[in-house]
Amino acid sequence: MTTAISVEAIGIDKRFGGFTALDAVSLKVAKGSMHFLLGENGAGKSTLVKCLLGYYRPDAGSFLVDGREVEISRPADADALGLGMVYQHFTLVPAMTVAENLVMSRADVPAVINWAQERVALDAFMRRMPFQVPLDAEVGSLAAGERQKTEILKQLYLERRLLVLDEPTSVLTPQEAEEMLGLVRGLAHSGAITAIVISHKLKEVAKFADEVTVLRRGRRTGGGPAPVLTPADMTAMMIGEPQAPSEPERLGAPEPAPRLELRGVTTVGDQGRAGLEIGSLAVRPREIVGIAGVSGNGQATLVEVLGGQRAPSGGQVLVEGAPYDGSRDLAQARAVRVLPEEPLRNGCVPRMSVTENLNLRGFDRDAGGARCFWLDRGGMVARARRLIGGYRVRAPSAEVPIGVLSGGNVQRCVLARELDGEVRLLIVANPCFGLDVKAVAEVRARIMAARNAGAAVLLVSEDFDEILELADRILVMHGGRVVHETPGPGADAQSIGAHMLGSH
Amino acid sequence: MSGADAPGAAAREGPGGALPAAAAAGIGILPGAAAAPADRWYPWRRAAEAGLAPIAALLAAFAAFAVFLLLLDKSPAEFLDLVWRGAFGSWFSLQNTLQRAAPLLLTALCVAIPARLGLVIIGGEAAVALGGLAAVAAALPVLGGPALLVWLVMAAAGAAAGALWIGLAGWLRARRGVNETIASLVLAYVGLAPFNHLVEGLLRDPASLNKPSTFGIGDALMLPALPGTDLHPGLLAGLAACVLSWVLISRTATGFAARVTGGNLRAAQLQGLPVQKLMIGACLLGGGFAGLAGMIEVAAVHGRANASLIAGYGWSGILIAFLSRHNPLAIIPMAVLLGGIGAAGGLLQRRMDMPDATVMVLQGFIFVAILASDTLLGRHPWFQPRRAES
Repeated sequence: MTTAISVEAIGIDKRFGGFTALDAVSLKVAKGSMHFLLGENGAGKSTLVKCLLGYYRPDAGSFLVDGREVEISRPADADALGLGMVYQHFTLVPAMTVAENLVMSRADVPAVINWAQERVALDAFMRRMPFQVPLDAEVGSLAAGERQKTEILKQLYLERRLLVLDEPTSVLTPQEAEEMLGLVRGLAHSGAITAIVISHKLKEVAKFADEVTVLRRGRRTGGGPAPVLTPADMTAMMIGEPQAPSEPERLGAPEPAPRLELRGVTTVGDQGRAGLEIGSLAVRPREIVGIAGVSGNGQATLVEVLGGQRAPSGGQVLVEGAPYDGSRDLAQARAVRVLPEEPLRNGCVPRMSVTENLNLRGFDRDAGGARCFWLDRGGMVARARRLIGGYRVRAPSAEVPIGVLSGGNVQRCVLARELDGEVRLLIVANPCFGLDVKAVAEVRARIMAARNAGAAVLLVSEDFDEILELADRILVMHGGRVVHETPGPGADAQSIGAHMLGSH
Repeated sequence: MSGADAPGAAAREGPGGALPAAAAAGIGILPGAAAAPADRWYPWRRAAEAGLAPIAALLAAFAAFAVFLLLLDKSPAEFLDLVWRGAFGSWFSLQNTLQRAAPLLLTALCVAIPARLGLVIIGGEAAVALGGLAAVAAALPVLGGPALLVWLVMAAAGAAAGALWIGLAGWLRARRGVNETIASLVLAYVGLAPFNHLVEGLLRDPASLNKPSTFGIGDALMLPALPGTDLHPGLLAGLAACVLSWVLISRTATGFAARVTGGNLRAAQLQGLPVQKLMIGACLLGGGFAGLAGMIEVAAVHGRANASLIAGYGWSGILIAFLSRHNPLAIIPMAVLLGGIGAAGGLLQRRMDMPDATVMVLQGFIFVAILASDTLLGRHPWFQPRRAES
């Protein structure tokens, strides 16, 4: 096993043009500790670790490793010092086995690999590790938690002594997340590695952190030993406000007649994944139905079917009792709106302007709702101005390509566009992925407001807390089917988690 | 994703050095608009960036070509002088240039319009040939009719043939998922086979001995030159087509839907836009323009369909469309430029004793430089939006 190292950053400055991403940030990470780096999006967490790992060059400041000043100007320098990173998204080759992935990750892979010899070495390596992953399993067949473990094993195999984990639990189930963080802490406390964990989740901090550093707008706003800090303290350091935003208020009860109904909807599976097989699913007005599940269990396909991006191979989708295919005319007539996940990738045209993107839904209709031939440019600008004001979108100009806006502002634009006017059915997928605390609260409040105004809401989310917070009713998807249903308030998280994993 | 909120400028760490000289020189010019709460000048700077990049690319291509000439022991100055005189220097050479530009305007649209939907169509060559052939074939039965009627029939037939051919590539893409670039390229070769078959067989005028051609439409039915010039009306048709295409793309709801589809297919689907119809429609329209180019070549220049229609108009159209970044209005100057370089080819050959293909080398340089200039976009902070707050 390797031995952990300590790392210290002193007065790191990093500017991108006129924008100061890091302003004299200092950070001290003790040997063999689990150090959490907290902050909203854009606070500079990623920039700081990218400087540490040699992807960016800081404009000022220095790094100490084990008390000695080091020069990290390239990723290779960080490699040589034993600094490694586990990314939020997996960096393993799904079609290769765990063993192949490990060997291929080495910098010194020989032209001809002696697999017999490598296997012996790998087996020996795996025996030394506190947790194991089957070496011959294809990575694509592993569950998310196993993959994440493989990522960590890969770093250990590369003899890294300090690991940066970038939101490592965002794709895991609650159980997997706990297990994984526990393993990392075990490794750290055994003196094998030092861990820096980037996170948004205060619960994880409370449970696993030794020490915390909080960044806000490129500055260190606080930190210290984790046991001394309360969640309220940390939230205040993160968002500069004394309290965490309150949960949105739920008003009124669902109406009885379903607005959205799925009957026996199936799709053809692809790439080894099962297709959809939904016997029946209904969403009523003034009801949020939350769909929980580990990603890749059909939720994305379900959203594609409802959004008209994919035709089901069987069954019926009914909106207000009539068949629905997601075409533009039907979506307008029934006031169906979709908030896709990763809004920039799925719901916007990155190269088109904010104004144009805010008009994607209404550009071809005049005030009376009839189709029009000419673009009403004045009307488009006016609508964009109204939505930008109403949803407090921060953009340098309404004419910039929407791709240059921050994630939170892109999401605000999509929300503004889709929630404008009457909404009778709202399909939402992972609406808060990658947003900061303030933006998350705002998005959730908007969704709740749409519900309270009488919309039927189908919320597909991998963020379990989000579903618990918003849903009137919770469904769990596994392998393309709905495997569990429970009322939202007072739902049993452990039981839902077990269904998500299919272990029920 | 924890980096999602970082500003776009931070995500792109462009080396400040790799800039077109013209862009770098512009830094000091604009008064301090940066302090304004909203960045009012940004659309203008963006337009300037979009315009400067191809100009810088053209300059770079000419510079590289000058080196090429020096290696051949030729004078770049003489070359430029000859290009100027051969292409634009006199009324005669200017007419020659515009004459060559006319079909290029239309074939460039055949690339540019589908490109706005994200389709790379490169099969315009066959659409020109088939358009010309269809125009003749449709004219032969009605040769006795009034000229205007014959021309309309010819134009309709030519446009329909081109539209069908490129539309087929679009249909394969939209409905069958076949890569439209490969499909249109292969269809270009496939399309030339029936063309040759008919020109050398069924429709061949037995009198055409050296160069197999179809029966002619006769001098009386040739499109007349524009008053006071040698220019044929095809130039006007090409200009009109460019302007109308620009209006369609940038001012109508259909054009907007097309741009959304080209910009992000998934977003377009989610908005319920008829993406398949839009794709096929754009290919039909582009192909129709290329077919019309073939009809005009027949009705205004050759009087019959023969191998002269396969003169590379379709291929040059690809170059022009990319040069103009698929903006129909920008096609006009680019087509004139390329037409001019082509028109100067003969003069260059005679005066500088250089092979015909020299002009192709220059075109190649320009094409590579234009494609490479894309990577310069968005690199310089001056062209980027100013943040209202940091």
